[in-house]
Amino acid sequence: MDKFEQAFQNKLDNEEKIEPKDWMPEKYRKTLIRQISQHAHSEIVGMLPEGNWITRAPSMRRKIGLLAKVQDEAGHGLYLYSAAETLGIDRAELFDQLHSGIAKYSSIFNYPTISWSDIGAIGWLVDGAAIMNQVMLTRASYGPYARAMVRICKEESFHQRQGYEMMVSLANGTEEQKEMAQDSLNRWWWPSLMMFGPSNAESTHSAQSMAWKIKRKSNDDLRQQFVDVTVPQAEYLGLKIPDDKLKWNEERGHYDFGEINWDEFWEVVKGNGPCNKERLETRVKAHENGAWVREAAMAYSEKLNTAVNHK
Amino acid sequence: MEKKNWPLWEVFLRSRSGLHHVHAGSLHAADSEMALNNARDVYTRRNEGVSIWVIESKNIIANDPSESESFFEPASDKIYRHPTFYEMPNELKHI
Amino acid sequence: MLKQKISAYSILLGDQSLILGQRLGELCGHGPILEVDIAMTNIALDLLGQARLYYQLAAELSDTYEDEDQIAFLRREKDYNNCVLVEMPNGDFGDTIVRQYLFDVYHLMFLNQLKESNEKRLKAIAEKSIKEVRYHLNFSGDWILRLGKGTEVSNQKIQKAVDTLWPYTKELVQSSELETEMHGFGIAPNLADLEDEYYRQVKSKFAEAEIKLPEDKWSQIQGKKGLHSEHFGYLLSDLQYLQRSYPNSKW
Repeated sequence: MDKFEQAFQNKLDNEEKIEPKDWMPEKYRKTLIRQISQHAHSEIVGMLPEGNWITRAPSMRRKIGLLAKVQDEAGHGLYLYSAAETLGIDRAELFDQLHSGIAKYSSIFNYPTISWSDIGAIGWLVDGAAIMNQVMLTRASYGPYARAMVRICKEESFHQRQGYEMMVSLANGTEEQKEMAQDSLNRWWWPSLMMFGPSNAESTHSAQSMAWKIKRKSNDDLRQQFVDVTVPQAEYLGLKIPDDKLKWNEERGHYDFGEINWDEFWEVVKGNGPCNKERLETRVKAHENGAWVREAAMAYSEKLNTAVNHK
Repeated sequence: MEKKNWPLWEVFLRSRSGLHHVHAGSLHAADSEMALNNARDVYTRRNEGVSIWVIESKNIIANDPSESESFFEPASDKIYRHPTFYEMPNELKHI
Repeated sequence: MLKQKISAYSILLGDQSLILGQRLGELCGHGPILEVDIAMTNIALDLLGQARLYYQLAAELSDTYEDEDQIAFLRREKDYNNCVLVEMPNGDFGDTIVRQYLFDVYHLMFLNQLKESNEKRLKAIAEKSIKEVRYHLNFSGDWILRLGKGTEVSNQKIQKAVDTLWPYTKELVQSSELETEMHGFGIAPNLADLEDEYYRQVKSKFAEAEIKLPEDKWSQIQGKKGLHSEHFGYLLSDLQYLQRSYPNSKW
C-alpha cells in the first residue's frame, strides 16, 4: 500500500469524507461514477411514469403536488449529475451512456403507470423504498455524493407522504377507488422489493461498496427494513399485500416474506421490462429535440461575449 | 451534433441576511445571466435563499490536496493564537 | 347579480392560468435540458396556483359551483373562457416560448391594472401574481432573444412560431362582454387601453431578436366567448378524465 492509498484508507477508517481533489483509487472513482450516475438516471427516467399523469390528476391539489414532485426528481437528477461531475466526467457523457443503453437505471421505472392509484403506490412504496436507500447514502464516504443525498432526503420527505395520502383517500373512497388502490398494490409490491437489488450473495458490487463505505447496509437488510415498516401501513389502509408467505416472525422480530421472482428482475434489468424501450426512447427524443435549443443559447452567449470584447 | 455544451457553474446561497453565502451545488448554463436564473429555479424552490452568487466552475482556484501538509499543518501548533493559551487570575470574571 | 358576475369573471381569469399551466405540465420531464425543465415547471406551478386562487374566490361567490375542482374539472367546453392562445399546443420549444412570451407581456400589464381593482380579493390575487409573472416574462423574453439571435435554425423556428401564434394576440387586448361590464364596475381593466403598449413592447423585443413581424390579418378568435380551437377538446379529455370517469369521488 503506498502512502496515497494509506491516506485514503485512513480517511475511510476515521469516517472522514473523501473530497473531489483527494487521491482515490481508480476503481473507487469508477464505482462512484457508475453508482451516482445510475442514481441520477433513475431520477430522470423516473419522471416519466409519473409525469404521465400530471395532465390527468383529478384535483387541483393533486395536480400541483404531483407536478412539484416530478419537478423535484429533475432537481435530484441534477444534484446527482453535479456530484458525478466532480469526479471528472461531464453530464453530456453520462447522458450518452444512458441513451446508448450502457448505463442502467432503476428497473422499477420500466413498469407502466396504468391507473391514477399507481401514482399513489409509487409515492408510497417506490419512494418509501428509495428513501431507505437514500438515508443510508447521506453517510456515503464521498463528500459530494453524501451532500447531494442530504439535500435530496430533505426534499423527498414530502414525496412519500403525498403518495400515502393519496392511498388513504382511495382506500376510504368508493368501491371502485378501493379496487383501484388494491390493484396498484398488487402490481407495485414485488417490483418495489426488487428495488433493493439482488440478495447479498448475488450482488456483484455490494461487498466492495460497503468496504469503501459508499453503501452502509446490505440489500437484504434494507429490504427487510422496508417490509417491516410498510406492512402496518398497508394494514392501516385495509389493503392486502400480495404475498401469502408474509407473516410476523416473533423470534426474528421481523416479517418473513415470500421469494422474489428474480427471473423477472434480471429480465427487466436486461431490457425486457414492459416499458424499457419506451422510457429510453422518450429520454433520447427529449434530448435530441433540445439540441438546437441548447446550441442556440450557447451561440447567443458567444455572440454577446464577442460583442463585449470588441467594445 | 452539438458544438459546445453549456459550461458548469457553482452556486452559492445566502439563506438569510446576516449569514455568509454557502456553496449549494452546481448547474449548467450558457452564460452568467442564465446561471443566475437557473440557480434561482433549481436551488431556491423552497425559499432557501435571499441572495445568489454564481461563478463558472473553471474560475475557482483551489489548493492542491497533496500539499495539504505544508499548507495547513504549520498552523496547528500555533496555540498562542488562541485565548486559552494565556493564563488569567481566577478572580477576574469578564475577560 | 353582481356577485355571480364577479364569480364568472374570476373563472375567466382562472381559466387562462389553468389552461396554460396544464400545457406546461405536459412538458415536465421532456425539456431541452434539466435546468430549463425545472424552470418551466416553476412557471406551471405559479400558474396553477393562481388558477386555484381565482377558482376558490369564484366558488365562494358562486351559486352554481361548490369548489375549485368543480370549476376546473367539470364544466363543458364552451364554459371555459380562456383565450385561445394559452390552449395552443406546445409544439417545439420555440412555439412554447413564443406562446409564453406573448401571454406574459399581456399578463403582466393586465395584472398591473387589476391591482387597482376595487374588488379587494382580485386586487390581492393580482398583487401576489405580479411577482411571479414578472419572472415569467423575464424568462420568456430572455429566450426570445436567445432563440431569435442564436443560430439560423433557432431563428427560423422562432419565426415560424411567431407567424403561427401572432393572430391569437388580438384576443388578449379585446374585452369580452363580461370584461367590459366588469370594467364598468371598476373591477376590471379596459383591455383596449393595453393594446398600444402591448404591441409596442412585443414589437420592440422582436426587432431586437431579429424576428420579422407578421402581417396583421383578419382573424376571428374568441376563446373568451367559449369558442375554442380543435386542440381544446383533447386538452379537456386529459384534464377531466378522472373526474368524469369516476363521478362523485374524493381524491
